Amino acid sequence: MDLSKMINHSFSVITKITVFSFLVFGSVACKSTESAHTNQSQTTQAASTETAGLSDAEMEELFWARQDSARMNFTEDDVKFMTGMIAHHSQALIMSGLAPENGASSQVQTLAARIINAQKDEIKLMQTWLRDREQPVPEVHIDGLKMMIHGLGDHHMHMDHTNMVGMLSPEQLQELSEAKGKEFDRLFLKYMIEHHKGAVHMVTELFNTDGATRDEAAFRVASDIQVDQRTEIARMQLMLDNMTASN
Amino acid sequence: MKKPTTNLDSSIVMRKSNVLLIFLVSMIFGFYACSSSTVVEDSKTVEPAIQPKAMTEVTPPTPDPRVGLGAGLFDAEEAIWNLNLISQKRPPADFVGVTNSDLAFKDNYVFQGNYNGVIVWDVSNPRSPELVVDYLCPASQSDVSVYGNLLFISGEGFGGRIDCGTEGVEERVSEERLRGLRIFDITNVEEPEYVANVQTCRGSHTHSVLKDPNDDENVYVYISGSAPVRPEEELPGCVNALPDDDPNSALFRIEVIKVPLDNPEKSAIVNSPRIFEDLEAAPTHGLAPADLAEIEEAREAGAFVVELGGQPRVLPDRFVSQLMGNVMQQNGNETGTPTAADSAALREQLPDMIAQMFGGGDDEADNRGPNQCHDITLYPQIGLAGGACEGYGLLLDISDPANPTRIDAVADSNFSYWHSATFSNDGSKVMFTDEWGGGGQPKCRETDPMEWGANAIFTINNGKMDFESYYKLPAPQSVYENCVAHNGSLIPVPGREIMVQSWYQGGISIFDWTDPNNPVEIAYHDRGPVDGTQMAMGGSWSVYWYNGMIVNSEIARGLDIFTLEPSPYLTQNEIDAANTVSFDYLNAQGQPKIEWPTSYALAKAYVDQLDRDNGLSDADIASLRTGIYSAENSRNTRVLRELASNIEGKAGSSSQSEKVRTLAQTLRDLATM
Repeated sequence: MDLSKMINHSFSVITKITVFSFLVFGSVACKSTESAHTNQSQTTQAASTETAGLSDAEMEELFWARQDSARMNFTEDDVKFMTGMIAHHSQALIMSGLAPENGASSQVQTLAARIINAQKDEIKLMQTWLRDREQPVPEVHIDGLKMMIHGLGDHHMHMDHTNMVGMLSPEQLQELSEAKGKEFDRLFLKYMIEHHKGAVHMVTELFNTDGATRDEAAFRVASDIQVDQRTEIARMQLMLDNMTASN
Repeated sequence: MKKPTTNLDSSIVMRKSNVLLIFLVSMIFGFYACSSSTVVEDSKTVEPAIQPKAMTEVTPPTPDPRVGLGAGLFDAEEAIWNLNLISQKRPPADFVGVTNSDLAFKDNYVFQGNYNGVIVWDVSNPRSPELVVDYLCPASQSDVSVYGNLLFISGEGFGGRIDCGTEGVEERVSEERLRGLRIFDITNVEEPEYVANVQTCRGSHTHSVLKDPNDDENVYVYISGSAPVRPEEELPGCVNALPDDDPNSALFRIEVIKVPLDNPEKSAIVNSPRIFEDLEAAPTHGLAPADLAEIEEAREAGAFVVELGGQPRVLPDRFVSQLMGNVMQQNGNETGTPTAADSAALREQLPDMIAQMFGGGDDEADNRGPNQCHDITLYPQIGLAGGACEGYGLLLDISDPANPTRIDAVADSNFSYWHSATFSNDGSKVMFTDEWGGGGQPKCRETDPMEWGANAIFTINNGKMDFESYYKLPAPQSVYENCVAHNGSLIPVPGREIMVQSWYQGGISIFDWTDPNNPVEIAYHDRGPVDGTQMAMGGSWSVYWYNGMIVNSEIARGLDIFTLEPSPYLTQNEIDAANTVSFDYLNAQGQPKIEWPTSYALAKAYVDQLDRDNGLSDADIASLRTGIYSAENSRNTRVLRELASNIEGKAGSSSQSEKVRTLAQTLRDLATM
């Protein structure tokens, strides 16, 4: 296909359509930033963007309606998973937050920083997921080694987080917070591997439940957590092996 | 004077030249003026409309207009640089509000995956794509590939049904469920016929189609699945146990499906190679440059540095004294003070000693490496594949398609999740992407490190991959925009590595990575967030160059087609030369070897590049431009041979000697046409 010829050939037609569409569709022409260096995409409007015989306004209405209806396809197990995982992730934030002050190696500090970055974002995503489905949204408050979860109403107020697989007991958390330097690195890797394994276990359990994660967004969240954490477990295991080898 | 035929109008202008140039040109082309009926006027010389500029002098618009774009689904603000958006199409009604995924191409058709099925566009007129098929058949991710008359679609999620129903599958175990590969016959593209399924244990997140150059009857499809193993009651033989507990485990392997082209319904899994086993401990190329500097410093100060777990380490003193003691004993040195000879002997023996002490031989059996690959980019013409597999980038030998084997593996402490790979056309470099956060997270905020969620560029030296640099979208994005490195392809500009790549709601970025140490952005397009109040999935899933078009699959908004706009960093001649390349088909995970037909555009592109990189003197560049111009217009080819001889003599002293020789050859080839 000779694109340049084709474009030249259709150019005059396009120009007419452009003028026409600016008149007719002026109100929906894309807003563009004004910059001397930036070519604005006014030509975008040259040919019709329409596909289904719907206007952009009708399209947009359909888009959000479909997104809304996709959110109705969730189960109690999905909700429990999101709620539990928010608490699970929050403990990872506490553990990782210790790294800079406890003299972690630069490798472990990088790892901890990335865990904080990743899991904070995932917490936000899971909170949004719950909010969008009009479910109670756990709000996390971290104070030193203590973590409080609000917003779940009376039933969930006193849920015992240490029941979740991979969660550290208060004693273990205390032990980690008192470890320094290489000992911190070793303990951090050991506990974080267990912690991540717990998360992977929670995902596996969820996937094995009738009707769960049929919600596309839930499938994606759970799947991404599983893949990311499994990858990170392998990485941490190697770091731990290397530490053991060099001692 | 004859006018040039194609895009020359926009690429060059004629202008009065200085006296010296006239003199030079007359000297060189004196013979030519006498022997030709259509002559180029000696008083004129040919100059590019836009002067090529070096990659070290790229001046992008400032402030970056991509920062702070207003939100909107179909009316978001946009920023565009060195690209033209020539058309955009909304998805068909059944697909609106459902994720658009990957693209495949055949002839004038674009196949666009969508979690609800597949959409086919006729792009014969790229300014006005026409919808020809909207096939409703839900499955995530619906990544698509084509080969011959077959179309392949990946299904991973739990809701995919064999009968293409939209109601999903509720039960944990069901005969209705499809997780694996759907195969369609597209002999008539406008009427796809669903002909076969291959069910796999973990479904198919994506897949790669491999044509064996020695086998015209079959193609092979490598399946990458990242979702959990399905229950054995649903698909017999699917084992979730670790391979140590059950050798039939579905974990830690990829699946290879053999597809007989004439009997696609007989497609079946023929091999499940465990290409990940016994990987070396993850080497870091330098998680912290500071760490490496420290080791170098120690090495210079005479410390003993050993490789341990793939990383250099300074050997602690207690080890040194112990090992030195052994060496001194060997050497019969009883003075208690090591001599230079003892030190040298220790240095020599150290690697073996360390290997003996820490072995790893026994441990390696436990080291299964990654569980799966995300993407495997197949480049059959060079017999290599790049596997992006969880925490590793793998280099695979695929000369035997049913039995891929691993050649090398790299890990990178800045990489979270290895996602996909692209080779340079000559196979000397490979670039991996890191889909940190899985694509649904805003990883391009100002606070996110530029090494995280980026591309990593490696050179390949004797089958080993050496890290060179990172490239990440340089424009910070908002917290409402999912953004991380994603799919893309090479733009076939001769003599350079130029890539067009998706960054989800970061938009698309075009960059030059010819110099693996200095990737530079040269063009982009970006829209504001889909939703300005909270994160909503959107942005570019994938973008590929296909026969002069740059086609973008926008997750929420549909299909976009762009063309390149010439700039000092990519001239009209280079774009024209790229557009002489034509593919019959293209798959995301299959990299074709690009070959450029001999053309005037090709010669002119090389001249622009030699101009850009100071590979020849200004006078030589001017003579080349004038000579090529006149040859093209007069069809007098002697001038081309003269030019070729002239520059060949200068190749040796040029900083771009290889390119000068390539240009000389192109000129000679042109002369024979």
